[in-house]
Formats: sequence, structure tokens, C-alpha cells
Amino acid sequence: MSVARRLEGKRVCIVAGSGGVGKTTTSAAIALGLAAEGKRVAVVTIDPARRLASALGLEELGNEPHRVDPALFAQAGVEVRGELWAMMLDAKRTFDELIERLSPDERTRREILDNRIYQELSGAVAGTQEFTAIAKLYELDRDGNYDVVILDTPPSRNALDFLDAPDRLTSFFEGRALKLFLAPSGLAAKVAARGTGVVFSVLKRVTGVDLLQDLSVFFRALGGIIDGFTERASGVKALLADPGTTFLIVTSPQREPVDEAIFFRGKLDEARMPFGGLIVNRVTPGAGDEEVDVPALTASLTEGLGGSLAGKVAKTYAEAQALARRDRRAIARLQEELRVSDPVLVPQLDGDVHDIGGLARVQQHLFASDAERERLLAQAAGLA
Amino acid sequence: MSDLPLLDRRLVLVTGKGGVGKTTVATAFALHAARRGRRVALVEVAARDHVSRAFGLGPADVFRERPLTDGLVHVSVDAEPALREYLADQLPVRAMADVLTGSRAFAYLAAATPGFRELLTVGKIWELAQDTRRTPGARPYDLVVVDAPATGHAVALLDAPRTFADAARVGPIARQGRTISEMLLDPRRTAVLAVTTAEELPVGETLMLRDDLRRVLGAEPALVVANAVRAARLTGPEVERASAAAPAPVARAVRRAHDVTREQQAQLGRLRRALQGSDVPVVTLPFAGDGDLSPAELDGLGGLLGRRLERTAAAVAS
Repeated sequence: MSVARRLEGKRVCIVAGSGGVGKTTTSAAIALGLAAEGKRVAVVTIDPARRLASALGLEELGNEPHRVDPALFAQAGVEVRGELWAMMLDAKRTFDELIERLSPDERTRREILDNRIYQELSGAVAGTQEFTAIAKLYELDRDGNYDVVILDTPPSRNALDFLDAPDRLTSFFEGRALKLFLAPSGLAAKVAARGTGVVFSVLKRVTGVDLLQDLSVFFRALGGIIDGFTERASGVKALLADPGTTFLIVTSPQREPVDEAIFFRGKLDEARMPFGGLIVNRVTPGAGDEEVDVPALTASLTEGLGGSLAGKVAKTYAEAQALARRDRRAIARLQEELRVSDPVLVPQLDGDVHDIGGLARVQQHLFASDAERERLLAQAAGLA
Repeated sequence: MSDLPLLDRRLVLVTGKGGVGKTTVATAFALHAARRGRRVALVEVAARDHVSRAFGLGPADVFRERPLTDGLVHVSVDAEPALREYLADQLPVRAMADVLTGSRAFAYLAAATPGFRELLTVGKIWELAQDTRRTPGARPYDLVVVDAPATGHAVALLDAPRTFADAARVGPIARQGRTISEMLLDPRRTAVLAVTTAEELPVGETLMLRDDLRRVLGAEPALVVANAVRAARLTGPEVERASAAAPAPVARAVRRAHDVTREQQAQLGRLRRALQGSDVPVVTLPFAGDGDLSPAELDGLGGLLGRRLERTAAAVAS
């Protein structure tokens, strides 16, 4: 079943998978395919390759999608009947905007945005990207300007951080206990549970007073936006489990990404989030499950090529077939573990895919009918 | 930039984009160092047990120093237990540490405090690399090799102690942060080994890592290893002849293999050009399939890496 069929009736598509498997290109190609069919599509990318970014005009500033000129795709032979909007997520800015929106008054806003702890927290590599990506997704979905929003997920070491992000942040913001014992007044200390005094003095001893003060200002200021934040986080969580949302898992046939894909599928099930299908990129095209008989092939090629070249050619072919067999084994394992009967396979494409032409080629594979995709795979293996 | 050979450092952080074979290269390098008579600790951060699996061991217990071969010990490091250990170490009374680690509020604090997790992780790694170990009864290591998290996190890891010391300003953590930072930022003691493949994105990421290292730490990677490079078996004209004479699938495979090696050479060229004028050597390792390597295969790869490092050093010296 093609990607288009899998995404029928969906408003949100989250593209997950391990780093380095072509997630960003896949996300952009899915967006392109849907836009070609006439939809208004926004794609949010996290960390696109520089050339893909410049091809799509993603380097423009502004933390909002902008429209990609359809003429670019027309040159690559893709007619875009709808609209393709693309943006590159600026995590820090998304976080700041969220704080601004949730702050009840100017003072709270300033106190948070100027706080050193907040600045570090919002600029941190880990965790913030995941959270802000979902926050952005939620916002774009709620604005209702697009038929579909595609989200490329951060290249985190662990795709799961992404699923946990709303929960982690909510529980973090609900740390009222923290604010209580950080409050410097003795009153708060008396009101709070037993042991607070001890905790506070121990903390002082470990971290130093300055840091505690910074933290207490930070948490006090956050107190003003906790309710808004919690509400937002639960909205986000609901969106992830919404029937209009689907997760596509992208992988390459290598062991590590495959492990990660299997793991991620399990977590999706646990969290009762909708799994929409599997895309396997960079598949080595090949045919036959037999090992290549190198001497026999060498012999058959010797007449045309001479002995030494025939030997090298046979060896090269044997290696390619071995890789193709390995990929097929990986795909079989994925099918079994992910309970997917028909993954979308994209062969190793020649040359560069980080430009408009490359994007159009990936899109062609993803949106082809099953029969057409079979033919493309056979063609890649030199069999058609 | 230090001209000390990698083996004479105390701490080598191996980093690179996911899927480039970072763990393989870290393990191969550690085996090479052990063969050269160093007492080596190979550290996995936020363990994914790749190393344990390669050596046919079960999942690692955090912090347990497990011998892999002569002179090589495997250690898995994680932030959470590091926190408990640290607190127990810091506080005079065990009960106090228990109060803290048991408090949910403290967990939030640790999560919110910039660089805290990284600080704990790197603090434990630092402890392994000290002449006098704080862990009772533990022996010191000559060299600690770290299979570090993804590229972006490696710089954060190196920078964490300083970040934290700046945030806390005073107090015991700030003091320790400064002590640890001093070692991490000393090129005679600490080196970053960047692993890449000869492909566009990993090479781009390696060059970005280099920029970040320069900007944040004022350091250069000590070495770039380009992993999984395929040898060109056929010349261009040979590919043409084979394409014309062989059956289509064979011709196709030959052309593809040729394209891959050509693209890889182009990317290696790009990497070398970008590093030209700096002292950052680039060493290649051959494609070795991408299943799990056996300890013997890893050892062979370590030997090859060692020979190539020495050749590079000799070329620099002459």
C-alpha cells in the first residue's frame, strides 16, 4: 500500500526512526507527494541537511512555515496542485514563544525569559527539541491552516524521548513540592512535608546557595504558568493519540536502526498511539536468495572480459548480492516484529537526494502504486 | 592542538553521527591501546550494551568494571546511579543522601539544572581517569576510551562541568566542575576522536563538530576516522567494459559499486580539503560488513587502526 493510501484522512503524520536513515528527506518527500495531490501541507523539519534546506528555502528566518515555490518542483517534473509549506524548527524560539503565550502578565514573562536557569534549559540540546517539536505541531494543527502537518522528529539517540516529552515536562512543572521547599521563607518550610528542612540544608550543601536562589526564582516564576502549561501538555498528548494522527516509522536495513524501529513500535503500542506503516530506505536492490557462484560467473564472463576483469566483476556482483540478501533478511525481521505485511521499500538511490530532484525521486517511490513500486525496485536491480 | 600520540592521553572521547560505527571504532581503538600495554577502560554512556554483546556478555551493570581482554575493562555509565554515588560521596551521612535521592523534588531539580546530567556522567568518567581513584579499592587506568553519545551531545558533555560551575558559581559542585573541566579542556590529557563514514551527512556533521569544538572549547578533534570505506576494485574503463559485456543485473551491481566508491572518494576529498592546514589527521578503515563484529575481528580492526595511526604520525614527523 502506498504512503498516500496510508495517510488518507490523517491530519498529522509523525515521521519517526533512528538518526541517519533519511528521515528528513522522507518527511519532505511525503509532504511533496501530498501537496502534488492537491493538499495544503506543512512540513516541520528539525535538522535538515544544508543543501536540502537551501533547496527548500528553509534557511529563511522566522519560526513559521513558508511556502515553497511550486516552480521549483515543476522543473523536476512534479506538478504541485496543492501547496507545500516548510519550516525548520527553532527550538529555543518555540520555547520562548510558548512562555510568552502562557504568561499571565509581563512580569512573569520577563522573570522567566531572563532567568539563567530557563535560558540554559530552553537552549539545551537534549529534551527541548523533542518537546518544542510537538508543541509546534500542536500549534500548526490547531491553527487549522493546513490539511496535513508532517513532522520530522529530532535525531535523538532514542526516538522514545519524543513520546515521553509531554509527560516529562508536565510532571516537571507539577513539581509543586519543589517550589514549596525552595521558598526561602520559614513558613513554607513549616507547611511542607516533614524532612523539607533537611532536604533544603542538604541541597544547600551540595549545590551552593546561588544556584538555589536562581532555581527558586525560576520555579516561582513558572508557578504562574503551570496551569496553562499542563493544559497545553495534555492537549499535545491527546493529539498524539488522536485518530487523525499517525506515526510512520522510517529505517534503513542496518542493524541499529532496525532495532530502534522495533523498539519504537513496541512503545507506540504501549502508549496506545497509532502506527501507520513502515518505510525502509536505502535497500540494496538484488535478486535471488542463492549465494553467487563466483568461479562459475567468472568463467561465463571470461570470454567477454578476460580472466582478471571477469574475476573482479564476479566478486563485485557477489558482494552486492550478499548485501541485498542481508537487507532482505532485515526486512523480513522488521515485517515479523512490527507486524507489517507490506513495508514501503525505497532502493538505494544513485547520486544525491538532498536537492529538489532527489526529493522528487524519493516521492516517486513513496507514492507509486504497489505494482509500479515493484517495477521501480526491479529496475534498480537491473532486472527490468 | 597537542602533538601527543592518542595513546598517551588519559581520556579519548569517541563521537560521531549515529550509524557510522562509533562503537566499533571505539572498541577497536581500545583493543589497540590494550595491546600496546595500556590499562584501558572502555566506557559506554547510557549503555546500549553493544560492547557487551560483541564480547558475548550479558547486559552490563552500571559502573561494574568488567574485564573484556588483557588490559581492557568495560564500564557502563549512566547519569542516575552516578547521582546516587556522587551524593553518597559528598555527604557525611548516608541518610542525607537517601533523603535527597528519594525526593521527587530533587529529581526535578536535577532535570532542570543545566548540564547536571552531563556533569554527573562526565564526573564518573573523570573519576576513572584519575591516578587516585575515589572508588574504594579501584585501580587507576592509563587510558579511558568513551563511546560518547551523538555528536551534539559530545560537546555538551565536555562543556558540562564548566557550564555547571558557571551556573552554581560557588559550592562543592562548582569547585568540582572546575577541576573536571580543567582536565577535559587540556589537550595533553583529553582528545576527541571523530568517527564518520565517507558520506555527505556524516562528513558534514564531522565538520560541524569541529566548528563547535573550536568555538566552545577552543580545541580540535585529535583524529578523524573515516569508517567503512570501500576499496575501488575496478577502474572507470573496466566498469565501462563490464557494463557492456555482462548481464544486466551484474552490470548494474558493478556500476553501483563504482558509483559508491566514487562518491566516497569525493566525500573523503571534501573532508580532507576542509581539514587542510589544520593538524587533524584523517585515517580510513575498510568496510567490514555491518553485522556485529566478533572480538577477533574487532582486534584485527584495532591492529589496522594502530598501523594507520603510526603511518600518519610518521608522515607528519618527516
